[in-house]
Amino acid sequence: MRNLATIIIFCLVMAPVPLLIQSDFWITWLTLALFYAYLGQAWNLLGGYGGQFSFGHALFFGTGAYCTAILQIHFHINAWGGFVLATVAGGLIGAGTGWLVFRYGLRGSYFALVTLAFAEVFRILANSFDFTGAGVGLLVPLQPGIAQMQFESKAGFFWLLLMLVAVGLLFTWWLENARFGARLMAVRENEDAARALGVDPFDTKLRAIAISGAMAGSAGAVYVQLFLYIDPNIAYGPAMSVEALLVPIIGGLGTIFGPVLGAFALHVIAEIGRLAFGEAPGLNLVLYGILLVLMVLFLPNGLFGLGRVNFSTARLRRLFKRGSHA
Amino acid sequence: MLEIRNLSKRFGGLVATNNVSITVDAGSISALIGPNGAGKTTIFAQISGFHRPDSGDIRFEGQSLLGLLPERICLLGIARTFQIVQPFAGLNVRENIAVGAHLHRASRRAALEHADAIAHRVGLGAQLDKPAAALTVAGRKRLELAKALATDPKLLLLDEVMAGLNPAEIDEIIPIIRGIRQSGVTILLIEHVMRAVMNLSDHAWVLNNGTLIASGTPSQIASNPKVIEAYLGHGAAARMQEQAGGARHA
Repeated sequence: MRNLATIIIFCLVMAPVPLLIQSDFWITWLTLALFYAYLGQAWNLLGGYGGQFSFGHALFFGTGAYCTAILQIHFHINAWGGFVLATVAGGLIGAGTGWLVFRYGLRGSYFALVTLAFAEVFRILANSFDFTGAGVGLLVPLQPGIAQMQFESKAGFFWLLLMLVAVGLLFTWWLENARFGARLMAVRENEDAARALGVDPFDTKLRAIAISGAMAGSAGAVYVQLFLYIDPNIAYGPAMSVEALLVPIIGGLGTIFGPVLGAFALHVIAEIGRLAFGEAPGLNLVLYGILLVLMVLFLPNGLFGLGRVNFSTARLRRLFKRGSHA
Repeated sequence: MLEIRNLSKRFGGLVATNNVSITVDAGSISALIGPNGAGKTTIFAQISGFHRPDSGDIRFEGQSLLGLLPERICLLGIARTFQIVQPFAGLNVRENIAVGAHLHRASRRAALEHADAIAHRVGLGAQLDKPAAALTVAGRKRLELAKALATDPKLLLLDEVMAGLNPAEIDEIIPIIRGIRQSGVTILLIEHVMRAVMNLSDHAWVLNNGTLIASGTPSQIASNPKVIEAYLGHGAAARMQEQAGGARHA
């Protein structure tokens, strides 16, 4: 119940922010943080609660993005319809990937590599076909207005993403109090022990990856409306996959608020990095890499586990000692 | 209730189960004993669907279990514990047991309530909120039992739930197992602790090198020369008898 109250308070505090802050820069900044929080929530469902570390969530994100862009450009379908179909497409690609990967019992790094490879395959495919705009990408025509999910004020996207994040929060809250969530966490902790208690790991993981894919697909649809442009590198490139997994890992794996916390923290850090080192391309990925190593070493439970951390230099010293032996 | 007919399983050149036939009666406590490496756990793994037998049949309440996945077999009413305990380390004791309780309970509240009740039954009541990783060996063994019991099984397969426990802890767990039987659950156990086997079981089978070498009540088994030789080596039974005879003459 305490979590539910926190979710409601978070939404109530966030909702009036665009009315109070007039700066477009900060509203866009917050909107993007919410976007990555939502993408992180999608990843957290499968990775944090299900223990299946995907390195290719761009696969679902990009599919959703292309789905809504193509439907709008080639079939003149309304953007909200595109959003719904992108969610479905993300879920179907998720289920398809899961069916292939989990049927052969791929876990751990094998699962990570296969998802990474699938995203790359789709990136190359999107680069090669005309209807995806090939390397040039797709431009969605500008049609301002709520009807086409292109809001005239910056606040519109903020509220849309806040709503999606709220849905994500409520869903994870439900998950923690449901049989499905209990089974998913059991599979994460120990698959054989879960099977011995009548949990079907294939079915459980398949559902998780389908829901996760659907969420990432809908994130893709919102992204397209926000930037009105998509190309194969944005859609299926590794950058989006890395953001999707970094956000919950920084915030706290398998926690309700981890992705939200992580998204804000990550974007503060990225901003500081930009101020300190300028806009050198790829530098943010270097920064993310260092960050990931530090998180795994010192805060394996993410920022959310900060209350329980015992920070000592002993671990750092041990690390260097191990390094010198190698 | 459980009928195993001519079960065989080999791993490469090693015959782990050799033409084993066992019948477990409903409502009984039976024991499967034998030296280390005799193939006891392999039989459990075949009953519970983790290993597929090479030949033979396993029938539970008349239905063949061959080819069924472990989760299906659990749903039919057979729950197993693992010799090497397998807790969900990141979850607390209550959540661990609730995973089993969810098998027949969709609602979280009902599953948690059932988990509480089971925990009290096996003596984990005081540790419900502890992380499973923080339990002692004895606690983890009880947790294994509790998780399996929470699935409301008809047949419970207990794989060395007393190994690694001290005599006082064993004395605590024996009445718990007897209580489980009294609530209508049939029990088949693998055990090295002979005191527990003698104390609990109605019937015992002795396995050596994958082959059944004896079957009977625990006291019949204990005096069976073949069993003594399996445990103590060739000729041990004869030597023991000689010694006993010699002592009587003196």
